[in-house]
Amino acid sequence: MGKSHIHKPKRNFILWLMALLILASGVEIVPQARAEYGDVVINNQSDKAGMRPPIFPHWFHRIRFRCKVCHADLGFKFQAGGNQINMLKIIDGEFCGACHNGEIAWSVENCDVCHSGKPGTPTQVHGSTVQKLIGKPAPAAGQK
Amino acid sequence: MKLMKRLMAGTVAGVLLATLYVSATRAADAPAPAPAAGVNTFNRLMKPKSERNPPPMQDGIHDPSNEGTGLLQPPKEAFKELPEISSGNYVDWVQALGKQLIKPRYDRKNPNEEPVVLDLDIVREVKGTMPDVVYPHDRHTMWLDCSNCHPDIFIPEKGKNQISMAMILMGQKCGVCHGKVAFPVAECRKCHSKKKDGSGGGKPAAQAEPAKKPAK
Repeated sequence: MGKSHIHKPKRNFILWLMALLILASGVEIVPQARAEYGDVVINNQSDKAGMRPPIFPHWFHRIRFRCKVCHADLGFKFQAGGNQINMLKIIDGEFCGACHNGEIAWSVENCDVCHSGKPGTPTQVHGSTVQKLIGKPAPAAGQK
Repeated sequence: MKLMKRLMAGTVAGVLLATLYVSATRAADAPAPAPAAGVNTFNRLMKPKSERNPPPMQDGIHDPSNEGTGLLQPPKEAFKELPEISSGNYVDWVQALGKQLIKPRYDRKNPNEEPVVLDLDIVREVKGTMPDVVYPHDRHTMWLDCSNCHPDIFIPEKGKNQISMAMILMGQKCGVCHGKVAFPVAECRKCHSKKKDGSGGGKPAAQAEPAKKPAK
């Protein structure tokens, strides 16, 4: 008799707490990313290495260089995450390092200017039509 | 014993309430959910102008707790002087370049190198009632090199490429750029620019074989 008297409100209390918890986590998953169109997040290795993923602001570079400079001369493929970029290649003057070398643009010591993404942000072209339609990265460029 | 249990329960409740509070304040930072009330609400699903081109600190993918994030230029600051369109970055990049409001280099090191522009329009007759597509090589070669598109994305021969809006939406063909960095498909008229009866609209179109003709 006494037992059930104590347990019932407690069970209710726990149920309430669980409901609250579910509500709280539900609020968390509301999508809120609305970054600039064309921003590229590259998270091939960063999460695993404990770095914030880099975000490439397309618009900023587009004001200063034509597409051809990076996508023909420097060999960047038209695919987010499709270029095997790493810091070794960058310090050896490949990819970003072709300009970010202290001569054309600031050098690699400014880690957190590129590595500025929220940890866990997946590789993506932000705001792309494909992302809006299916929420997945675009298929490889050059596919027929 | 009873007191201990109560204390524990109280602590758990406190932690949960704190979580709820944090979530609620974060939700307040998120784009406002569609207002529930009012049958006369306008544009329930459209992003208001004030929310376009948000600064990195508030854009949802940059980490505001990262020091470098604060150094980044907010896009709005750069776009202030540039001509507008109604989608993408909300910037008409081709016009901005044409009016020399931006001066992007064609060579990484040499600021004076001029692009090799090919002035050749390709007309694609399309199904249905939509105006035909005029593809202007000139506006593309201002930015790109031939090798960016040919031969991997487009076989450089008239009639050899099958293109559909579905492919473009899925990021293939034109969609390799349009819908990712270049203006998205919402700008229908920019491509579908030639009336079917041939009277006006778009530029006069050359249907000839593509021949390279560098022009400055």
